[in-house]
Amino acid sequence: MARLPGMPEPREVVAFLAGGLFGSGLLVSGMIDTTKVQGWLDFFGDWDPTLAFVLGGAVLPMFFVWRIAEKRGISLFGDPIPARTAPRLDGPLIWGSVLFGAGWGLAGLCPGPALASFALGGWGGALFFLAMVSGMVVAPAIRAVLFRPATTD
Amino acid sequence: MIPMDWIWGLVGGLMIGGAAGLYLLVNGRIMGASGILGGLVDGTGRDSMVERLAFLFGVLAVPPLLVPLYRVVDTHITANPLIIVAAGLLVGIGTRLANGCTSGHGVCGISRLAPRGLAATGFYLLGGAVTVYLFRHVLGVI
Repeated sequence: MARLPGMPEPREVVAFLAGGLFGSGLLVSGMIDTTKVQGWLDFFGDWDPTLAFVLGGAVLPMFFVWRIAEKRGISLFGDPIPARTAPRLDGPLIWGSVLFGAGWGLAGLCPGPALASFALGGWGGALFFLAMVSGMVVAPAIRAVLFRPATTD
Repeated sequence: MIPMDWIWGLVGGLMIGGAAGLYLLVNGRIMGASGILGGLVDGTGRDSMVERLAFLFGVLAVPPLLVPLYRVVDTHITANPLIIVAAGLLVGIGTRLANGCTSGHGVCGISRLAPRGLAATGFYLLGGAVTVYLFRHVLGVI
C-alpha cells in the first residue's frame, strides 16, 4: 500500500487507538483515583470492591479474544501471536510482583493509570512517573545482582 | 441498588479489555503498560519503538480530552514526596523484574489462564494488601 512520506504506519495508528481506549477506560473506571485503588487493597478496612468490576470487565472480552487469537495463530497484520511461557514460578516473578504490589499500595498507582493521569495528576503524578521510570532504568542491574541466570517472559 | 462506581468500573473495564483485544488481534501484541514503557526505557524494545510510542501517546493524550465530559478527575495522590518516590521506584523495579503489571499479568494473563499471570496477580495483590494494612492501619501514614 502506497503511503505518503511521514504518514504513520497502520500498526502505529492501531497502537495509538488501543492506547487511547486503554487510557479512557482507566479514566472512566475510576482507576486513576488513587483512593479507590487503595480502597480495593484495604481488605482489613473500608474495602472498596470497584476494582473487581474493572478487572472482570477487562478479562471478559479478553477471554474470548485469546481463544480467537490462539486459534488463528497470527494477528491481522501477520504477526505471530505471543507464545505461552513455561508455567514456571521464579524469584524475579515472585519478588518483582511483591515489590510492585507494595508500591501500588503505597501510592495507589500502577503503570497504566500513572500514564493515563500524567496530565491530570499535578506535580505528584509527574514525580511518581519520574520515580517509576528511574526504577525501570535500574531494574536490569538489580535483576543481574539478585537473580541469575536472567529469565524472560 | 448497585453503586454507580461499580457500573462505571465495569464500563471502563470493558474498554480496557477492548483495547487489549484490539492490540492483540490486530498488532499481535500483549497490552502491558509496564512492558511497553519499560522496553523503551531500557532499550530492549528498540525494534518496535514507534509502535510503543504511538501506544503511550494514546494513553497520555486521549484521557485529558475526555475530562470535559467526565465527572471527577482528581487522582487524590498523596502530597508526601517521600511516599511518592518510594512507590514509583518500587513499581518501576517490581514490574520490570516480574515482566508485567496489572495490565500484562493481570488483564492479559488472567484471561489467558496463564499460570505466571495468575501467580503474579496473587503476589502483587498480597504485596499491596499487606502494604496498605501496614501503612494505613499500623503506621497511619497513607
